[in-house]
Amino acid sequence: MSGVVSYLVFFATMAAILAIVVLGLNLQWGYTGLFNGGVAAFFGAGAYVTMLLGGRPEPGQFGGFLLPFPVAIAGGILFAGLLAWFFGALTLKLRHDYLAIATFGVAVALESVARNAEWLTGGAKGLRGFPRPLEASIADNFLYGLFFLALVLAVLAAVYVGLERLVRSPYGRALRAIREDEEAARSLGKNPVRLRLQSFVIGSMIMGAAGGLYVAFYAFIGPQDLAPILTFQVWAMLIVGGAGNNRGAVLGAFLIWAAWTASGFALATFAPQAMQLYTGPIQYILIGSVIVGMLLWRPQGILPERIGQGRR
Amino acid sequence: MSEVVLSLRGLTRDFGALRAVNSVSLDIQRKSITGLIGPNGAGKTTLFNMVAGALKPTKGTVTLSGADVTGLSSDALFARGLARTFQIPRPFRRMSVLDNVLLAPPKQTGETVVGALFRRGRVAAEEARIRDKARDILDFVTLGALADHPAGKISGGQMKLLELARALMGDPDVILLDEPAAGVNPSLARILVERIEELNRRGVTFVIIEHDMDFVMRHCDPVIALAEGRVVFQGTVAEAQADPLLLDAYLGTAA
Ligand SMILES: Nc1ncnc2c1ncn2[C@@H]1O[C@H](COP(=O)(O)OP(=O)(O)OP(=O)(O)O)[C@@H](O)[C@H]1O
Ligand SMILES: [Mg+2]
Repeated sequence: MSGVVSYLVFFATMAAILAIVVLGLNLQWGYTGLFNGGVAAFFGAGAYVTMLLGGRPEPGQFGGFLLPFPVAIAGGILFAGLLAWFFGALTLKLRHDYLAIATFGVAVALESVARNAEWLTGGAKGLRGFPRPLEASIADNFLYGLFFLALVLAVLAAVYVGLERLVRSPYGRALRAIREDEEAARSLGKNPVRLRLQSFVIGSMIMGAAGGLYVAFYAFIGPQDLAPILTFQVWAMLIVGGAGNNRGAVLGAFLIWAAWTASGFALATFAPQAMQLYTGPIQYILIGSVIVGMLLWRPQGILPERIGQGRR
Repeated sequence: MSEVVLSLRGLTRDFGALRAVNSVSLDIQRKSITGLIGPNGAGKTTLFNMVAGALKPTKGTVTLSGADVTGLSSDALFARGLARTFQIPRPFRRMSVLDNVLLAPPKQTGETVVGALFRRGRVAAEEARIRDKARDILDFVTLGALADHPAGKISGGQMKLLELARALMGDPDVILLDEPAAGVNPSLARILVERIEELNRRGVTFVIIEHDMDFVMRHCDPVIALAEGRVVFQGTVAEAQADPLLLDAYLGTAA
């Protein structure tokens, strides 16, 4: 019984962290029409920097400054934002597909840095050892799990409320106008380059925050956490939940994460031994099918964007 | 006496080897309704695009109310009181008709991140004011009942009216209309003309591209004709009507 409950707490914490990432992508894609093909890069940037600033020192390893968690995660968020600002400023004036290609490239490059720059990132074995917030005051493991879930949910709620305020304001209106028709928005006095860059940076900072929480949750970060599968999962969550709808984004995160873990569990338990080697690829195919099916039959997602009446 | 609000000098635009607009110089008088005519491909829309900042001129200058605005982008020009509509309507399709119009007012407090998050009282007050104005303008162009419809779902003629409504939200001095009546049914077109003339009486300057000669002769004065990128006629409606070559040339190539 308590095993099930702890598992649920564990599951919900991870799902809520992913929901934060999906909310970040929803601002970029759902409201602004920016195709971020490197979600994992901004998540990973936030995660690694949080680890470097807040982690424990290791011999021969840069970082491990043991800064308090809020400071460490703020650094992670800032770094994710700087990364987004740099690549956004380079590509957002160009045609739309350049951002997709550039972000994808950033993710590949960052994963490669994480794998190879051992002095900084610990290389393939990653970085381990992170004093989790208030760890010393809450001795019981299960209670700490509950506390950490509450912390993640509080961040999720804050991000959700902030984004809702943003997208329902004149600012959100301008973002959506740019998504719909950049030239028409420009002819009505809006500055698409500025708005797109802001939206891209804010969305990426939100992803970076999720990365910081992830590091505190696992007390570990490694290059495999920056793999393209994360970008893929987050996109599936947004498409299934409903781009342009923040509630949809959160719902999609929980649904797809449940489906992902359930399929992993089912394959491990019921699939013949020979197939278990292929659990990863099979999950890839499953999630790919979900994306394709959704795009074919319900492209607007489970909770579609609401237009006009009742939106506010 | 009369005052020039918009002045073009030697305005030229090349697309590769094609010179779409060829050294156009003209003056638009404040409070006029100038008709811009010419056969398909004459360069009328290209000229609008340059004046409105959507295209950079290859050569030449644009002066708006005495200030050189050559090469400014269209968002900057909108802020300076010059609005335009598109020949093919460009509504924000997955936004309501009302939101399409609410977007337009410049310098909204809630249009910045900080304003939207932290100055909510002020934003709400501004929104209430903008909303009243938007409702009035939508009623003015007979779209009031469609305020909450997605703009992508209204008819082509209604989209033309929406283009005008959006432009009006910025209280522009000068409005460039690219074929505002094309595809609009006659009763709607009549409303459109009434609206244009009413705004004109309030001091708004219009430049209107239109293929319907009847429309031009009845509602515009003066008339400017372009052909192959050049100004081939410039004068009053009476002069235009008295110029058989103009109408022949126009009708001859346009059809
Ligand atoms: N973006 C562009 N790239 C290349 N050629 C263009 C472009 N825009 C317009 N042209 C060309 O420039 C010429 C003038 O086009 P423009 O759209 O200004 O004509 P117009 O007078 O508005 O015609 P219509 O009455 O059919 O709307 C045409 O030959 C057109 O093909
Ligand atoms: Mg045209």
